[in-house]
Amino acid sequence: MSTNFNRKDLLGIRELSPAEITHILDTAESFRDVSRREIKKVPTLRGRTVINLFFEASTRTRTSFEIAAKRLSADAINISASSSSVTKGETLLDTARNLEAMAPDCIVIRHNCAGAPHQLARICRAGIVNAGDGSHEHPTQALLDALTIREHKGGIEGLKVAIIGDILHSRVARSNIHLLTALGASVSVAGPGTLVPKDFTELVEKGLRVERRIEDAIEGADVVMILRIQRERQTSAFFPSMREYAVHYGLHLEHLTLASQDAIVMHPGPMNRGIEISSEVADGSRSLILDQVSNGVAVRMAILYLLAGGGRAGGDVDDTTKRIGE
Amino acid sequence: MRLLIKGGYLIDPTVGENAGRDLLIEKGRVAAVLKPGEDAPEDAQVFDATGLVVAPGFIDMHVHLREPGQEYKETIETGARAAVAGGWTSVCAMPNTDPVNDNPAVTRFIIEQAERAHLANVFPIGAITKASGGAELAEMGEMKRAGIVAVSDDGRPVPSSGMMRRAMEYARGFDLVVVDHCEERSLVAGGVMHEGRMSLILGLRGMPAAAEEIDAIRDCLLAELTGARVHLAHVSTRGAIEAVRRAKHKGLDVTCEVAPHHWALTDEVVEGYDTNTKMNPPLRSREHVYAVLEGLRDGTIDAIATDHAPHHADEKALEYDHAPFGVTGLETGVALALDRLVHEGVIGLERLVELCSVNPARIFRLADRGTLKQGAIGDVTILDPDLSWTFDAAKSKSRSRNTPFDGWQFRGAVVATIVAGRIVYEHPELKQIRERNEANKREEIEAKR
Repeated sequence: MSTNFNRKDLLGIRELSPAEITHILDTAESFRDVSRREIKKVPTLRGRTVINLFFEASTRTRTSFEIAAKRLSADAINISASSSSVTKGETLLDTARNLEAMAPDCIVIRHNCAGAPHQLARICRAGIVNAGDGSHEHPTQALLDALTIREHKGGIEGLKVAIIGDILHSRVARSNIHLLTALGASVSVAGPGTLVPKDFTELVEKGLRVERRIEDAIEGADVVMILRIQRERQTSAFFPSMREYAVHYGLHLEHLTLASQDAIVMHPGPMNRGIEISSEVADGSRSLILDQVSNGVAVRMAILYLLAGGGRAGGDVDDTTKRIGE
Repeated sequence: MRLLIKGGYLIDPTVGENAGRDLLIEKGRVAAVLKPGEDAPEDAQVFDATGLVVAPGFIDMHVHLREPGQEYKETIETGARAAVAGGWTSVCAMPNTDPVNDNPAVTRFIIEQAERAHLANVFPIGAITKASGGAELAEMGEMKRAGIVAVSDDGRPVPSSGMMRRAMEYARGFDLVVVDHCEERSLVAGGVMHEGRMSLILGLRGMPAAAEEIDAIRDCLLAELTGARVHLAHVSTRGAIEAVRRAKHKGLDVTCEVAPHHWALTDEVVEGYDTNTKMNPPLRSREHVYAVLEGLRDGTIDAIATDHAPHHADEKALEYDHAPFGVTGLETGVALALDRLVHEGVIGLERLVELCSVNPARIFRLADRGTLKQGAIGDVTILDPDLSWTFDAAKSKSRSRNTPFDGWQFRGAVVATIVAGRIVYEHPELKQIRERNEANKREEIEAKR
């Protein structure tokens, strides 16, 4: 396998070529096995340091990155920082410079401000991984979603994907739209008018539609992605009540009759059961929500490997994992 | 003290004749406009302007000098130094200092500091409402007596239409023009860049063009209702410019200015999250930039004003959401006009002088400025429209460095700035420029008119 990924950082999906995306997914696939073994560890990143710098509360993503780092034998350090750098005294860039002085190989950052990882990337030698920046991008989420879809649908090209919910504020939606349309899927988005701007189609050159009703987006869909209603982001000012949201924009079992016969349902978590998704759907046979979580570890291993490890040096992931497996 | 500006090409629309002329300035005023070869006093200091454009001093209607209160960003002295390096003989200082210029004591302080700096003329603009709080009228009459040339709550626009109406009616009594920063705040709601395709892509909260346009239209309606003189600051959208166009068509006394970054840049440069692309009004999308160019071309836009807004590097080194709005502009504005407007064929040099000098003087009633007629104040801006140069922010005269134009190459430069007959700025390479310009450039200039 040749190396098709020569970036210092992973800041977003938008700037990646289809070949780069496919390369990451292929790499992730080969790492998936590591997590299925009894000894879930390879020495690939031994001696490397990964810092998880989280300015926003997160359990799933932070844990996923930590496990990914540890399964690659990297040293992983978690830092939960206050996001209000302005009031707290130390600025984001000073924090980054301090961490940089301890010579990490990778800094994984989540921040409530769009662009924070980009600002870090400009001043840090370490590879920067965007683990979610404001409403901008969440590239590893889109990659793990794509890995999950590929696993169940065989590929991305030609699929019809519906994304339902708060599109305006969603970094998950943006990264997914960039990735899915780049690989040839068509995407329809729907949700309350306040959270789905009519001009959202301009996000990408082609392959994106905005629907007024969620039923129209779901019709014929191969994949239905439900977004979380982020109560902490005051999205409640955008619709009258959770009750009304659940009735008009929540995903119920009967919606799935509109989708294609073998449609799959995804949610980036954490779920608000009974609001954006009913428990019947979330726990039903179409739901791949837990597969997404498993694939998250594989994707993050691939990213850390490509940025901090042999990837950039030209090492071969297949050889590494095979050798360890034997 | 006599200064003879010799051999230059005079461009002054108020005189109506653009030609090779020598300019004699005596005791701070234009004593004579002489045809080449006409006799001039032999004891005058001579400024050789061969091959250069000589224009009435440029007036920047919209700057933030930060003093009093935020001297770590800029002082009146450093701001004035940047102004003359950028070709501005006069700057008009917005009142959003700390304290706000809402009373004659602050007005007098600004004027005294400017006199102490003794570089550019500084004309203070007073607040419309006390502390620019939008609730009570500020003492416009007293501030006028102390020296303000206009009123504005720039940066904190008057939200209430009722209050704005009263302000316009009151300002009329003192023949003060009301300058408004058009922004309907509830529509902006925490926005940090223009709302459109780029804000969607970058995940940054948007400021819709409609927020500027609603206030622009409101102000035009209120100008009609009150008969006041109204000037819209830094218009940046198609709809705001269209509102001014319609108001002018109706015969209302409505004028407007545009800032250089609004024709030189689009919101696409926000990609990368460089906080030196963050200002208010924000960089707009292409269609709005075209509307700005059209407004400059067809006369709807009256003035070019830099909206020079210095901020300390530490403040700009924050997340895009948290960094303050504003960029410096005094030292790049004229070059951006020459490079992007004159050389691109949008406007000619004569129109440039209208935009940078004649009209600002008229709108703010700056007596004997914006012209080089005999008897006018001897404020002169001297340009080399063809000089190529590179802007290096590190060498800026401003105390701040928050510019999106660092490293930009320009064709067209300011080579000297003269305030009341006193040379306050000379291009460091003036000697070499003169040597290069020995060859007669008059034909070239003629072609650009």
